[in-house]
Amino acid sequence: MSTGTDTAAPYRSPLRAGRDGFARLLRAEWTKFRTVRGWVLAMGAAALVTVLLGVLLATGMRTVCSNGPVEIRCPALPTGPGGEAVDDKFYFVYRQLTGDGSITARVTSMAGQIRLPDAVPGVRNVVPGVVPWAKAGVMVKESGEQGSPYAAVMVTGEHGVRMQHDFTHDTAGRPGKVSERSPRWLRLTRTGETLTGYESADGVTWAAVGTVRLAGLPDTVRIGMFAASPGHLTVTQGGISGSSSAMRFAEVTAVFDRVGLEGTAPAGAWSRQDVGVTLGPDGLPHHPGGLVESGGTFTVTGVGDIAPRLGDAVVETPLTGVAIGLIAVIVVAVTFMTAEYRRGLIRTTLLASPRRGRVPAAKAVVIGAAAFAAGLVAAGVTVPLGTRLLREGGTPVLPVSALTELRVIVGCAAMFAATAVFALALGALFRRGVAAVAAAVVMIILPHILATASVLPVDAAQWLLRVTPAAAFAILQSVPEYPQVIHHYAPAAGFYPLAPWAGLAVLCGYAVLALGLAVFLLRRRDA
Amino acid sequence: MRGQTHAEWTKLRTGTGAGPLLLAVVALTAAVSAAAAAAATCPAAGCSHDVPRLGLIGVQAGQAVVAALAVLAMGGEYGTGMIRTTLTAMPRRGAVLAAKAIVLTGVTLVAGTVAVLASVLAARLILPGNGFTPESGHPPLSLADGPTLRAAAGSVLYLVLIALFSLGVAAAVRDTVTAAGVVLGVLYLSPILVRLVQDPDAQRFLYRISPMDAGLTVQATTGLADLPLGPWAGLGVLAAWTAAALLAGGLLLRLRDA
Repeated sequence: MSTGTDTAAPYRSPLRAGRDGFARLLRAEWTKFRTVRGWVLAMGAAALVTVLLGVLLATGMRTVCSNGPVEIRCPALPTGPGGEAVDDKFYFVYRQLTGDGSITARVTSMAGQIRLPDAVPGVRNVVPGVVPWAKAGVMVKESGEQGSPYAAVMVTGEHGVRMQHDFTHDTAGRPGKVSERSPRWLRLTRTGETLTGYESADGVTWAAVGTVRLAGLPDTVRIGMFAASPGHLTVTQGGISGSSSAMRFAEVTAVFDRVGLEGTAPAGAWSRQDVGVTLGPDGLPHHPGGLVESGGTFTVTGVGDIAPRLGDAVVETPLTGVAIGLIAVIVVAVTFMTAEYRRGLIRTTLLASPRRGRVPAAKAVVIGAAAFAAGLVAAGVTVPLGTRLLREGGTPVLPVSALTELRVIVGCAAMFAATAVFALALGALFRRGVAAVAAAVVMIILPHILATASVLPVDAAQWLLRVTPAAAFAILQSVPEYPQVIHHYAPAAGFYPLAPWAGLAVLCGYAVLALGLAVFLLRRRDA
Repeated sequence: MRGQTHAEWTKLRTGTGAGPLLLAVVALTAAVSAAAAAAATCPAAGCSHDVPRLGLIGVQAGQAVVAALAVLAMGGEYGTGMIRTTLTAMPRRGAVLAAKAIVLTGVTLVAGTVAVLASVLAARLILPGNGFTPESGHPPLSLADGPTLRAAAGSVLYLVLIALFSLGVAAAVRDTVTAAGVVLGVLYLSPILVRLVQDPDAQRFLYRISPMDAGLTVQATTGLADLPLGPWAGLGVLAAWTAAALLAGGLLLRLRDA
């Protein structure tokens, strides 16, 4: 034996110390998720339900158009220089201009007629009037083709003088309506690819409205006067789907005089084109425009609009079933947490990982990743397949850039993930599955349904989609609002009050907050 | 039967959860209705809102809590194993389900009535300030008005039917969370489906058979002629769903081992 001064070495287990790294915890939670067949199946069902509802919708939608008395496949929508679908329908009185030049004209009057909802069923109720965005003015356009580049300076029904180009761009000039007593002089000059718009009240002092560059503008272009009037929008509350909107015929007639054209243009009469006019069932042009010319005064009548097109199916249309897929995600995520409490597994879990805050974090990573994968599959299949089926059925779908389509798909996956994390956190907070499921559905799904398919007025619907987690549905909106286009900008029509990523951020904020609270309570409470 | 009902009442009364959930039914329904009323405006030119229906919109939120309550009343017993004690004490399984249905009907009637009255009161107080005045064609919401009374009473019955429907589903599914997911999925699927289809005939058909859309028709007071079915017929559709769910739940309860 050794001497008395020796101390015995303390006992050390020969076993290697277990590692309690976060990666280990993740692996443990992943194993828990993976080995419960019901959860994996339900997560798959979430994706499947979304895809099936999308396919059901897309195959059920059939659209036919008519050209005169014959039914035809709907023609492809014209697209503008930016790739977006456009309305390009107006009456154009023009000449071919080669090289630089300018056009000047005075607008002395804007009048028109609007069709209102029938007061007596079956009797057309047409009243005199001009819609706010009826437009008339001078334009330079590349060709007679719908969707070709253009720049124009114009007077409008209620938004004063504007300079617009290439469908999506709009610059404001002087406000005020045009009349005999207060006419507007308009001028558009072309120098190479640069176009500058001017306006004047008296034809003497001119103010520039804007300067734009139309890249690739050919040497010979069309220059002249135009008139166009978008339809009159009426929104009615009630009916099966909450509210419905209708666009009714409106036309505008503008009077131009003191027309001056500078530059190299052929002499003789002005050419005219009713751009984009369609044939009615009787084989005649449907709502044609027109020109009456007498002694230097041009009276131009036009119907239609020169603007980005809205109101058709969009790439996110087949994703309408997402809300139901999300309910399945909520059920799985909640159970992933509450099952620990029901089976008493939480005590084992916390024994193995005494740093409690890490447990909900690891669970959130696992369930978030699983839901993200499910959402990615769901949207990645539904969006391309659904839009293809829609187009095959003759339904035009508003085209968007590949980047926007990718944002819709990845955004949908992110919404699945954030929903799962939020539901998981609610499960940890309530510790009772049913209450957590009800709370998650009431906060994420219900506001969306109330806002898009109920009697809720539009302002209340927009408020709901700003403050509740349902704001995340904004990530699916592919076509933006345009201030220069009147449309039924309501959640029911697919327009959300928040920008896409801002909407998703609201849901993520709720999820992070709930998860933080769950961590806090898990550390405070007895398990 | 009295014994069974008494036993179920004791369970509901003494178990945790029922009280807070009933309070939540009232609070959520009234709060959502009041918020909708506060956010809605009627311009001086008049508006086409269905005001009683707007004032009762909270029912669409409250029903989720009612479903949770009903699901817990049945499925909770499976979670804890209590169901075995229950069935030992009361071997007539159909009677157990009936007793639960009676108790649930009672508490939902009370909570639903309070919730609906609170919603109507909130709408009556808030809406006139937002332009819903007699001059714009909207007198204050009053239960003395026939259609409004029908909408309010129908909403209470709607909540009761939702409770019984959820009870039936829970008896069939047995797992509380799954049952809650199934009930809420079935309820909230229909408004989405109705929007999904374009064909007007298919749309009206889906509206007619969907539990939530058809059931809530009982709240409609304007444009009744345009709706695919009448108010009471709509509630009848929900009643049919409820009867089917209870029948399926009751049969499975009798046939299966607990």
